[in-house]
Amino acid sequence: MDVGVAVLAVVVVVGVPAITVLYALATEWVLGVLPERRRPSLRPWLWVLPGFAFLGVFLVYPAISTVILSLQDARSENWVGLENYIDLFGQGAFWQTIGNTVLWMVFFTGLAVIFGLIIAVLSDRVRYETGVKALIFIPMAISFVAAGVIWNFMYDFDPNIGTVNAAVGVVGGEPQSWFTEWPRNTFMLIIVGIWMWVGFAMVILSAGLKGISAELLEAARMDGATELQVFFRIILPLLAPTIAVVGTTILITALKTFDIVYVMTGGNFGTDVIGTLWYQERFVNRDAGAAAAVAVLLVLTIIPIMLLNIRRFQAQEATR
Amino acid sequence: MRRRTPKAIVAAGFALVLAACQASASPSPGASIAPSGEPLGGTVSILATWTDAEQDIFLSMIQPWADANGVTIEYEGTRDLNAVLTTQVEGGNPPDLAGLPGPGQMAQFARTGDLVDLSDIIDLDAMAQSYNEGWIADGTVDDQFVGIFIKVSVKGLIWYNPTQFAAAGYEVPSDWAGFEALVEQVKDDGTTPWGVGVESGAASGWPATDWIEDFVLRQSGPEAYDAWWQGDLAWTSPEIRSAFEAFGAWAADADYVAGGPNQVLNLNFGNGGDCLFADPPGCYLHHQASFITGFFEDNFPDVAIAGETYDFFAMPGDSFAGMTTGGDLFGMFRDTPQSRSLMQYLTTAEAQQVWVEAGGAISPNADVPLDVYPDDTTRRIADILNSADVVRFDASDKMPDQMNQAFWSAMLDFIQNPGNLDQILADLDAVQAEAYAN
Repeated sequence: MDVGVAVLAVVVVVGVPAITVLYALATEWVLGVLPERRRPSLRPWLWVLPGFAFLGVFLVYPAISTVILSLQDARSENWVGLENYIDLFGQGAFWQTIGNTVLWMVFFTGLAVIFGLIIAVLSDRVRYETGVKALIFIPMAISFVAAGVIWNFMYDFDPNIGTVNAAVGVVGGEPQSWFTEWPRNTFMLIIVGIWMWVGFAMVILSAGLKGISAELLEAARMDGATELQVFFRIILPLLAPTIAVVGTTILITALKTFDIVYVMTGGNFGTDVIGTLWYQERFVNRDAGAAAAVAVLLVLTIIPIMLLNIRRFQAQEATR
Repeated sequence: MRRRTPKAIVAAGFALVLAACQASASPSPGASIAPSGEPLGGTVSILATWTDAEQDIFLSMIQPWADANGVTIEYEGTRDLNAVLTTQVEGGNPPDLAGLPGPGQMAQFARTGDLVDLSDIIDLDAMAQSYNEGWIADGTVDDQFVGIFIKVSVKGLIWYNPTQFAAAGYEVPSDWAGFEALVEQVKDDGTTPWGVGVESGAASGWPATDWIEDFVLRQSGPEAYDAWWQGDLAWTSPEIRSAFEAFGAWAADADYVAGGPNQVLNLNFGNGGDCLFADPPGCYLHHQASFITGFFEDNFPDVAIAGETYDFFAMPGDSFAGMTTGGDLFGMFRDTPQSRSLMQYLTTAEAQQVWVEAGGAISPNADVPLDVYPDDTTRRIADILNSADVVRFDASDKMPDQMNQAFWSAMLDFIQNPGNLDQILADLDAVQAEAYAN
């Protein structure tokens, strides 16, 4: 076994680069055989072929196979048509899940971007900028699971453990059961997501902010614009492409939410999102068909957002 | 000269590919059983839920066997056993042996043909000598014997603090009427009688399902109990409804449960009995399986002393002594000489004694002598298990996984909104119709 692993390691470390070089040389040899004028049109295709092959095996094939699975029964033995989808749409729990996912998309994305922008702008002109940004970026380095565990303590019902309930106690309130009331519980989970991702938004937006020329802002101020006018009329429009990129990235993260919900509430008390619903169907209910249907719906929701992002990117490239 | 370089690389590349092919052609398993007297050698891979201290105990349990047979153990412990095991089995790469997440999942793996039938591997007649037939029946699916119990726990025990009991003048009840009277008396004296906690991460709610099971078994008897977990008795039937109502009267009522329903939902099951040790006591009674003693001693080192500050009595029944149980099952996914030999070893009293001595476990093997139990409390639990009239395995664990999970969540709903009982039971009926059909 160990010998096998060692050989495998050698094959991977030496073999993969070797085969890559080999492929490059083989491509050029094939092109060398062909007549000169056909080479330029063929060369790019031969060069991207391995990339396409990789995408085909690891992305396209699983995607198609997921769609096929979603049209079959729990054990993937018989065709059931659209039954998995119809079943899902008929469940109250499914719509609750969709509702929660929408809450995540709107509030997680919106608040993470807004807070990220505020912090980026406010910290832009202070001396201790690096320190502030480092501090806010740190949660990004923590895994979702670890963040869930930490915040489980924060939200604990016992004020001797739960920081949030201790704070509520200081201002004279009763300890709150944060996870048991919908929709409050979903917002409590979204706060954890924001805590983690606001650093990401801040770093990217801050970089965008540095790209705005100082002369432009100075000219505006010379012309008598107030700081608020400068922010809303100049900085914000110029940052719009960056905000769009940050927004879509976080939006896709919102759609893929799983860890926080699984660790903190296990989807109980109506906090399920698409990710936990998929896990439930796949590993608890062992229904490969229904799970694949959930996955397909998730992909279908993400595609328009991705297209929007690509469209924006292309428009941006065109204006350069 | 320029042309030679690529050829050399081609040759080197082919050599590597060939080497890789040879390496991946591993010897086929289960070639032949080693002749008696000679060590088996080889390896056995095991996947189970035990990590940390429990992993050490399990490994020390199988070490004598590994030493005697010269077999290398490849152990993997995971808290997410169900997902890991399902993925490995469906990916065609199961471990040789694995702990099973529960009887429900065991049945699913048995029906898909993933588990090896142990009838020819383990001498069932010999096993029946030392095991209660219930344990063998609980490891059997459709006439295939596929799961053995490594250790078991006894559920439905009522824990109390003898020191506080004596101070308040309470006595351990001997029948159901006396039990209910005791609960009322504690409430009338101004203390919430019960300490309950049902939080358990993604599995939240399961401690409450144990309550329901105890009520069903004691109120409606073993026939109703069996029909219920087999999916033949509806959740909306009077037998199940009255069990929910009995539980709700205590656990969803702030007069009867420490901290009220909100605390019940938020308190981890491991801390559910903490109020027994408060001064003045926050509660006088706690319902939990035998494993809870470990939590008592960890949460209150020096304070929690078996027999002095904590003790138990079996939840009384009306006409018979019924006990509910839980247990850790083990199954075989690959039939190799090593895994056969280890399975046989695991059923022996010699092996199971190791975990009993380490504490926190009851052996289903009656040949494990009572005097190896580390303390009087566990010894008494083992004795109660042996002398109970009716022993039934945890019903929720025997249900299909989907039903079990829905049952857990339903308990959270019920504690939060006891008034929604009709809707909660109707929803469980809908899940029952779907889960048992698959």
